[in-house]
Parts: sequence; structure tokens; C-alpha cells
Amino acid sequence: MDDLLSEFLTETAESLDVIDNELVRFEADPGDRATLNNIFRLVHTIKGTCGFLGLPRLEALAHAGETLLGRYRDGTLFPTEQTVSLVLDSIDRIKSILSHLEGAGAEPNGHDRDLIDLLEAAAEGKLKSNSPPAPSAAPVAVPANPAKKPAPANLGPGERWDEDLGRVLRPGEVSLAELEAAFNAVDAEEIKAEPAAAPAPVVSAAPTAPPAIVEPPRVEPTRPIMLEDDADDGARAKGEGPQTNATLRVPVDVLEDMMTLVSELVLTRNQLLQMVRSSNDSQFKAPLQRLSAITGELQDGVMKTRMQPIGNAWKKIPRIVRDAARDLGKKIDLVMEGEATELDRQVLELIKDPLTHMIRNSCDHGLERPDVRVGAGKPETGTIRLVAYHEGGHIIVQLSDDGAGLNTKRIREKGLEKGLIAAADADTMSDAEIHRLIFAPGFSTAAQVTNMSGRGVGMDVVKTNIDAIGGVIELDSRAGQGTVFTIKIPLTLAIVSALILGASGMRFALPQLAVVELVRVSGQGANKIEHIHNTRVLRLRDKLLPLVDLSVMLGLTSAARPGRAQFVVVMQVGANRFGMVVDEVFDTEEIVVKPVASVLRGLSMYQGATILGDGSVIMIVDPNGVSRTMSSATMAAMRANVAETVQQQTASDAISLLVFKAGGEEPRAVPLSLVTRLEELDVATLEPTRRGRVVQYRGQLMPVIHPAGEYAFRSEGRQPILVFTYEGRTIGLAVDAIVDIIHEPLKVQLADSTPGVMGTAVLRGKATEVIELGYHLEMATDSWSFGAAAAQRSVLLVEANPFFRNMMTPLLQAAGYRVTGVDNAKAASAQMEAGGQFDVVLADIDDAAMRAELAETLRNSPAGDSIARLGLTKTDARDPAFGDAVRKTDRAGLLAALDYLVKTQEKAA
Amino acid sequence: MSAAVSQDLREYVTLVVGDYLFGAEVSRVRDVFDPQNITPVPLAPKVVAGLLNLRGRIVTAIEARERLGMPGRPGEAPRMAVGVERNDEYFSLIVDGVGEVLKLDPATIEANPSNLDTTWKDLSTGVYQLDGKLLIALDLERMLDCAPVH
Repeated sequence: MDDLLSEFLTETAESLDVIDNELVRFEADPGDRATLNNIFRLVHTIKGTCGFLGLPRLEALAHAGETLLGRYRDGTLFPTEQTVSLVLDSIDRIKSILSHLEGAGAEPNGHDRDLIDLLEAAAEGKLKSNSPPAPSAAPVAVPANPAKKPAPANLGPGERWDEDLGRVLRPGEVSLAELEAAFNAVDAEEIKAEPAAAPAPVVSAAPTAPPAIVEPPRVEPTRPIMLEDDADDGARAKGEGPQTNATLRVPVDVLEDMMTLVSELVLTRNQLLQMVRSSNDSQFKAPLQRLSAITGELQDGVMKTRMQPIGNAWKKIPRIVRDAARDLGKKIDLVMEGEATELDRQVLELIKDPLTHMIRNSCDHGLERPDVRVGAGKPETGTIRLVAYHEGGHIIVQLSDDGAGLNTKRIREKGLEKGLIAAADADTMSDAEIHRLIFAPGFSTAAQVTNMSGRGVGMDVVKTNIDAIGGVIELDSRAGQGTVFTIKIPLTLAIVSALILGASGMRFALPQLAVVELVRVSGQGANKIEHIHNTRVLRLRDKLLPLVDLSVMLGLTSAARPGRAQFVVVMQVGANRFGMVVDEVFDTEEIVVKPVASVLRGLSMYQGATILGDGSVIMIVDPNGVSRTMSSATMAAMRANVAETVQQQTASDAISLLVFKAGGEEPRAVPLSLVTRLEELDVATLEPTRRGRVVQYRGQLMPVIHPAGEYAFRSEGRQPILVFTYEGRTIGLAVDAIVDIIHEPLKVQLADSTPGVMGTAVLRGKATEVIELGYHLEMATDSWSFGAAAAQRSVLLVEANPFFRNMMTPLLQAAGYRVTGVDNAKAASAQMEAGGQFDVVLADIDDAAMRAELAETLRNSPAGDSIARLGLTKTDARDPAFGDAVRKTDRAGLLAALDYLVKTQEKAA
Repeated sequence: MSAAVSQDLREYVTLVVGDYLFGAEVSRVRDVFDPQNITPVPLAPKVVAGLLNLRGRIVTAIEARERLGMPGRPGEAPRMAVGVERNDEYFSLIVDGVGEVLKLDPATIEANPSNLDTTWKDLSTGVYQLDGKLLIALDLERMLDCAPVH
């Protein structure tokens, strides 16, 4: 059967049950407006849905019933037992038509003129109890094919019943005969079973009548008021209720209560297990093990009752896509995979609407019109894929389209226009960050509001809904290729796997969904928390991870406590990756999330509370809440930096700079990528020698210089030191104070002739001297003469921009290359002609003219073919003449590519 | 006042908070227990002493002293809890001690003195004069109505 129809049947059956009961109540208390309104609303809904589904018979009947109810409602007609019975009769007629619909998939033939006439007459107030419309006329008029089989035997009981009542036939009773006649007429093969569907009206017409006098066959006279049950029995007797047989409808509350009880049971079991584990008394062990196993099975069983295939939430999607395609003049293929993936019905309910909204978005904004697609060289028909699968304890739902991708430019403009981003940030934000703006509240880019979407309630609502169930939503969009939304949601909300953490002597639970990894940090050693101004960071696999301290965030301590071994929980919330510092990590535990009292609900740091196995109550930390609190300016900068390095995003000239003060109040800067470590050392340990200061650092002697000269060292206390690694040696650059890390495009505006200063740039609105690191390092190495490194590979660096040249030279040197830097192709050519032997040419390929000139030089050079080439770019450009290309700010990528080239060369040789 | 007709009597559990005697209507009190292991909730309003586990149910503990604007309880001083349900949420009111149940004639209740502190006025439905003591009838509904934080 059509899904839509079967859904309609289920819903309508429920509504009808309610109407039955409400009508009975209404009859007893006609002044009850609320009940009447409820009935009216339900009948109205049925009418509307029937019209929508093309069920004219039901619609007409419901319409007539609605009209009569309408008269009750506006007070022009007072409900009488007679008229209410009439409504009940029409409800029963609707039910019998529905049961036919359920069996045959279509309305039975025939019409309901008789009932409709009566309803209309009643509505006009013309129905009189002492002059009823001739009941005998109806059965004759109604059957679609009266010649076939009128079932005269069934007319008898109806009439006799009325006689027993001692009053004239009421209009309601007409329906019995008519109904059976109609049914018998259309379903000739089911004549014998048919009457069972009808008795209900008879009984309902006289709920107060003594039941014993009712004599129609197969009626349960002892259950006069159980209207729907009788109807159901009838349907079952006929074998026409396939949907009611195999399954049992259980109120959701019952399941919820069961779930709660099982959760309690699980907790109690955990408690018992813990007690027995710590005692040596083995007497309880065997039964407890059994209890444990049974509890586990029970939990699984109850969970299963709540599980539903995600396909249930997708049922309406094909229709939505079809309608959208028609309305928008697009051709759309919908591919759905993994419909059978099961998840908790509570979760299912909560993602239904967001999914529908996203599908509409994809149809409307994602896919292009056929002509546009053809123009772009894509097939005319766009594809929307909806995929669901299990991964760990989560469900992944992926919605992708092969449309145009998000319009980055438009989103950026919109973000600026709506004040979601600052103008200064707009240029430095990566595409992924720009894309995420669509999740910002009130953001909608649709140039014009269409029927489908773009009413301003957009992806922010989707994100809020998904956040609410502890899920995460991510998006990946490529221009011209399409957009992929990935939603990761927990299987169930009832039980989640959580990490139990300790902070300031208290325990907290953190849902594992957000946890990426755990890192143990200590005062010394490789994993060490470093400080930049007031911000703490962790250097994790060459990336800086911004840190928050759980204790500080919760106000348990005012400042970070250094020197202790701690743990960093690396968390990922949306695009935001950060570390949360905690004192201890205990274990993982399956916990039951319980809501907290309303007085605590405003605390965004918590998701709820739970009872642990040992019976204690602990708070559940909300990863989204933690992520939100990390929004200070420094954090934003760090985040940009992290996002940039983590996601390797496209074009952005911004680089991270460490801003510090050294020998004066004016800020100075150095590219962060060159800094290996930040230290703070006691000045007393910086031992002065004839050639400058040295310190014993990690088992080596490290020379330390101050950019402003020897006199600028502090006389006592601790001195912040930037540690650089240079040709396998470490060198310290002492500074007065570390100010900040900023992420901005760097434009050196004033070249400077002062040695050691590359120039002046405006950073954060302040003129900042950019240090020429190479100079200082050379000073240090010259004075300490490390000695020539053996058998170095040599690199010719052709880079017009002095900043990048200066940035890369020490970097390459540190990695063991001999570097010759030139600023144009002519100089490169001159170097080669002068007999320079180079293994690799590293060239800026953003400048087309220089690129061409350099390629020419290499072609003409006798050694040109043996020289490996690598392009450097700011914009992901590629040039075949230079093979591979690496982004200028991608330090790790550059070294890896060079290493690869050199190794290939060695093999070839 | 002890001569009042029995069916009109109202039953109060007497609660000690600081130097005062309070009365909570018996019909509203679900449990009286010794609160163990209250888990404090960082960032929560001060009036929330924390959460505790009462027979598998998470109960929000409200500190009566804080609610009444009285100084905090000295570290090791004894405390008791009175369990009250409000709007489907279970609270426990942390007090210094719980005493006997008194049957009092509602006719003898007196309105709050007009010069009573406004906080207290809000939280009390009136005052009974006992022998040598005053009993302040608590409005439990209000006692537990702490403005949620945002």
C-alpha cells in the first residue's frame, strides 16, 4: 500500500477513536466547548486529508459531519441525542469505509447520500424526531448495485430493535442497513463476513439502551460502548486488518516509563557489581552475574521497542522532492540508502523536521536548473543522496547533492551585511568558516523567498535541533561539485557513553561523541602546555591546540595551576577543535542522561545530570556549551589558526604571527610557524659568556640572544624565550613579553634598513616591526659557529616577496638544506650561470610572468633537466612546468614535498 | 488554642533553621532524610546546595539558610533534608534539623508582622504563637521557586 495512505489510515484511526470518546463526552455535557472544538478540529483534519488524498466519499461525509458540528459550535443548533448519534453514525461509516480502504486500497463504490442528507437536514434544524425520514428509503437508494444482493435478512434486527425501544426508528439506525447493503453490494465475495463491520452503529445509537435486546448476528451485546473494539473485531474476523494483527500499538508513555525503569535497573546492577567486586564474598557472584546478563538483555529488548528504521522519517521525502522538482522546474533524482538503519524513536522524531528542511534546501538552493547544469557540463538531472549508517554508537546521516556548492562570496557578503562577521575577519576567514555561517541564527541567503525554503528559518534551526540531541552537523561544499552535510547523532538519548573526568576534586561526565583523543601532559616532556599571553595552548603534532581549563570554566579555581600532570581532552565540536584541561580521567561509563531541575536549566555548561554506578550524582558537561564559552578574541584567532592548519583550506593569505615586545613598547612580530617552543626561564640560568648568553636546555647548551642586545636581558626573574630550531640546533630569542598570537594577512609596508628588521606592517591596527629572524639566527650561529653540515642538498629559492623568502630560508636551513634565495628569474638565471649547483628549484608560481621566465631559464640551462622543481603558491595554483605545488604557509607540506623530491632524485641517480 | 476541633487542625512538620522554628505542611512533605553526598553544581545559583540521589532519583537540594538570606551553616553542623515535589520536580530543602509534627488550628495563624523582612514575608504564610516560641509557616511553593539562571 502507498505509504502516504497507510500513514493516513493509522492517523485517522487514532483520530476517530478520540472523536468517538469525545462525542460521548460531549453528548453528556453539551456545554463543554473544549471537547467540541477538539472534535471539530479532528473532523476538519480528516476532511482536509481526504481531499488531499483524493478520497471523495470520505471527504463528502466528513464535510457534512463538519457542517453539523459547525452549527453546534457557533451555537445555532443545540446538540440532541439524535443529532449526536447521527454524527457518531457518520464516524462509523467513515470507519467502515476506512477498513475497506485498508483492505482494498481504494474507497468502496457507492455513496453516502442518505447519511449526508440526514446530516444536512440536521444542520438546518429540519430533522424532527417524530417525523423521521423514511428509513426504508435509504437502503434502496444507497446500494450501488441494488440488483446484486440487498441482504434483507439484516434489515430485520434493526427494525425489531427499534420496536423494543418502543419508539420510532432514529436516523442513525439507517446506516446499519445501508452500510451492510452497500458493503454486500460491492464486495460480493465477502458477504458472509461483512455484517460484522456494521453492528457498531446500532449499538452506538443507543449506548444507554439495554444491550440484551440487540440481536443482530455476531454482535457482542455485552460490550455496548466499545465502539472501536467492535469495529476492530469485525475487521479481524474478516481478516482485513493485516496492520493490526502483527503489531501492538503501545502508548509511548508506557515505553518511556519502561525505559526509565530499565535505566534505573542498569544503574542498580552497576552499583551491586561494584559492591560485590570490592568484597571477597563470592556467594552473590553467580546470581549477580545472571542478574547482570538478564538486565543487559532486558535493556536491549526495551531499547529495541524504541528503535525504528530511519526510513520512517524519510517516508515523505520522495514526495517532497518530486513536488519540489516540479515546482522549481528541475530534474532531481533521489537516492536513499540505509533506510533500515535503526535509531531511537525519540531521536527519529527530532531529526525528522531538520532533515525535511535540509532536503528542501538541497532541491531549492543546492541543485541548479537543468539548463545551468548542462551549461556547466553536468548531467541535466541532479542527484540528491540521502545515506544513513551506523558508526560506533552513532548514526551518521549524510545528505549530499551534486549541485553548485555553497556560494562563498554571497555568504560572505550576507555575513557582513547581517553583521555576523567583522569586515576585518571577512577576508581572512577560510571558505569552510564562511560556509559555517549558514548555521548562524537568522541567516538565509536565498535572493528571493521561494515556496520551498528561504523564509529565514534556516540552517540555524536545523543546527539547534541537532545540537539539542547531542549531535553534530558538518558541511563540506565544493564550488561546482556540490555540498555534503554530515550529521552525527547518538543512537539513543536515553543512554550515552561518557568519559568520567575529574576537575578540582569533583567528577564530571563528558559525552564521548565530542571526544577525539586524550593527551597526558606534564610540566616537562614532549606534551607540555605552553602559554601565550593569558592563553594556554598545546602543541599537538605540529598544530597548536587552544586549551580551556574545565576547573577555571566552572569557576572552581581562578587560574590555571601549573606544574601538575594533567590531561587534555581533545574535543571536536563542529569545526571547532580544542582541548579541555582536566585533572584526572577515570573511566568510561554508560550513563543515563537525566534532565536537571528548571532552576539549573539555564546553565549552558551542562547537558544534564546522572547517577553513577557508585550511586553518586554527577553533572554532564555539554560539549556545545564548552565550545561556546571559548569565544574570547584570542580564542577566535586561535580557532582561525587551527581551522586553517587542520582543514588545509583554500586561498587565504593570512598567516599566524606571534606578537611580542622586545627592547621597547612597540610590538614586534615573527611568523608563528617558525617558533618551535615558548619557554620562560629564570634569568639566572642564562649564563653570560664571552660570546653571549647560553642556557642549559634539554641536555644541550642553547645560545640565547635578545633582539635589542645584551643590555636588554632582565636582571632578575623569569625571561620569556622563543625557541627556534636551526640546523639541528636550538637557539633562544629572549623577549620582554609575549603579547598575542594573531592571524592576519601580512603586508610589509615599510622596508627597513635596520639590520634584523624586515619591515613594518600594520597588525591589529598597530604598526608592528616584523623581525627578520634569519639575521638574528645568523648572528647567533656566527658567534657560535656550529660548523658546516655535511652533504647538504641545495635549494634555489625564487621568491619575489621578501617576507616569504625570509620566512622560508631559516625553515629550509633548519631542515638541512643549503638555501640560496633570489627575488626574480633573472637573478636565478645569474646564479645558475655562475656555476651554482642546485638540486631543487623552489619557485613562486603565483606570478605568471616570472614563472614563464624561470621555466625558460631552466629549459636552456644544461643542468636544467636534473634539477627537481617545486611550485610555491598562495592560491593553490598549479603549473605543469613546476610539477607539484605547495602552499606557502604549509610548512609541513613543503618539507614533505622537498624530502620526497630529494629521495626520488637519489633513487634516480 | 489547643481546644480547637480536631478535623480543622493543620499538621506541620517543624523545621529548625538558624535560631528559628519553621513549619512545613505535612501534606506537602514526601520524605525526611539525612542528606548524604550532595554533589555541588558549579556555576549554579547559591541557593542550590547541589544534587543528591534519593532512591535512584536525582533531587535538587535547596539550602534553606541561603533562601532565607541567613548566614551559611558552619562546616560540620548537622543538617536534615525535607523532600518536596513541585511541578513534577523533586526538591529537598536542607535545614538544620527536623522536629516533631504539630497539629495547629489554622484559625490561630496570624498574618506576617508588617515590619517583617520582605524576603521572609514572601516565603511565609503567617505565624503561629506556640508556648514560648513562634512558628513561621513556610510557603513551600515559594521556598522552592528559585529564579532559573540564564
